Amino acid sequence: MSGDVCIVGIGIHPFGRTDGLSGVDQGVFAVRQALADAGVEWPQVQFAYGSSDAAGNPDTMVDRLGLTGMQFINVRNGCAAGGSALFSAQMAIKSGEFELGLAVGFDKHPRGAFNALPSEYNLPDWYGEMGQMVTTQFFAAKIMRYMSMFGISQESLGRVAEKAFRNAVHAPHAWRRQPVALEDILAAPLVSDPYTKYMFCSPAEGGVALILASEKKARELGKPLIRLKAATMRTRPPSSFEVFAPSVDVVADDTRPRGTASRIASADAFRLAGIGPGDIDVAQLQDTEAGAEIMHMAENGFCADGEQEKWLADGHTEIGGALPVNTDGGCLACGEPIGASGLRQVFENVVQLRGDGGGRQVPNSPKTAYSHVYGAPGVSAVTILER
Amino acid sequence: MRAIATGLFTDEAEPRLIGGKDRETGRIVFPCPAASTYEPVPLSREGSLWSYTVQRYRPKTPPYAGPEAFKPWVVAYVELPGEVIVEAPLYGVAFEDLKIGMPVRFAPAPLNPEDEGSVFIPAFEPAGDAA
Repeated sequence: MSGDVCIVGIGIHPFGRTDGLSGVDQGVFAVRQALADAGVEWPQVQFAYGSSDAAGNPDTMVDRLGLTGMQFINVRNGCAAGGSALFSAQMAIKSGEFELGLAVGFDKHPRGAFNALPSEYNLPDWYGEMGQMVTTQFFAAKIMRYMSMFGISQESLGRVAEKAFRNAVHAPHAWRRQPVALEDILAAPLVSDPYTKYMFCSPAEGGVALILASEKKARELGKPLIRLKAATMRTRPPSSFEVFAPSVDVVADDTRPRGTASRIASADAFRLAGIGPGDIDVAQLQDTEAGAEIMHMAENGFCADGEQEKWLADGHTEIGGALPVNTDGGCLACGEPIGASGLRQVFENVVQLRGDGGGRQVPNSPKTAYSHVYGAPGVSAVTILER
Repeated sequence: MRAIATGLFTDEAEPRLIGGKDRETGRIVFPCPAASTYEPVPLSREGSLWSYTVQRYRPKTPPYAGPEAFKPWVVAYVELPGEVIVEAPLYGVAFEDLKIGMPVRFAPAPLNPEDEGSVFIPAFEPAGDAA
């Protein structure tokens, strides 16, 4: 295939809690919106990759959208599920086999923290019986060490959460759209030190759909060309520190941050796109908790470890800053429906590149946009868009 | 002392954790996997706090099997020098006194301190000047 894979249609079912609507319902809602946005009919869609972690098989949605006999592959890949669906969809078009396809993700999780069982992660039962099958423990322990190594304050964690809720005010698809004052965020009850309750995202519901086309097909459709310059999905390197880890490797020099799946996926995406972190105009970075956004700023190459303290104090990651981060409030404000979350980031990036962000629009017509997800047990997916 | 599972720590008067040493690479993990490519090895009793958090809410049951009456505890990652970093509770320290790098020592503890017949779980306590 010549040219780039392009995103020609986007759709979203608002995130949060929607009683009476199943996960698949929310996925179908998003697909219909994306089809209308692209100006195509369902029978034209040649293939789909669908992701859902807890809300059933995505391919069941053909019942509702039309039994065209199309190829529909389900993807389950932890928090990288949406990114993996998108990666697969772009490869199908890149191969030259198809010219128009769908990446869709949705989910619907029960209220409260994720409740994983040891057997699902190849861990012994006692690990859960002791009370260690808790994702928040890992996230908190990771930032606790990072803060100690690189001088990040709890106030910076609060600034990230404050920004998320402030940005979400202008994002109709976000869940938590009321601003929360920094002092209230910092004074709220601790969930897992150093994180207060406002610094963690919650499992949620929602659906996102993206219609992808070859560049030739995108031109035929007469859509503005939003090019998918890179989509990568990678797993963890040796000696990384991951969620649900009864043990971690000792390393010779432990004064530097360890390798992560995110670092690999990011470096690969920049290589494929032929640009660097300094060329990115807007970024959506996995922020399942406030410290994740901070650590991921460095893991994705946007700043050095420790520079985040000044970046946040100076407002660099605000909508009008040098590198706006999580312009729709990210996971902190949207919640995390696992199958849909990574695709939400790409949805938001398309909105920004089209200039449709309204009150949250990044100024000066951004031309490049970056998205990044990370999840258990050490997976990451990155995309780079250009217009 | 009845451990929560077999093969987690030795039955010496002062028990030690049992890690698994990869026979090929020498890498040590905890717990020791069942595979024959790992050799069970007793780990150092002394280590230092690598990172931590405080578990402030009662985890969901199942899988959590601790007491109904919930008390926050320190979730610690303890570096056993030259061996491996292990995850376990750290008892006997005030939360405000926690400090990365502080010396700690292996001290298995009952999962439910109110229950005399409680199983014991891997745990640490402050050592040296921090004790």
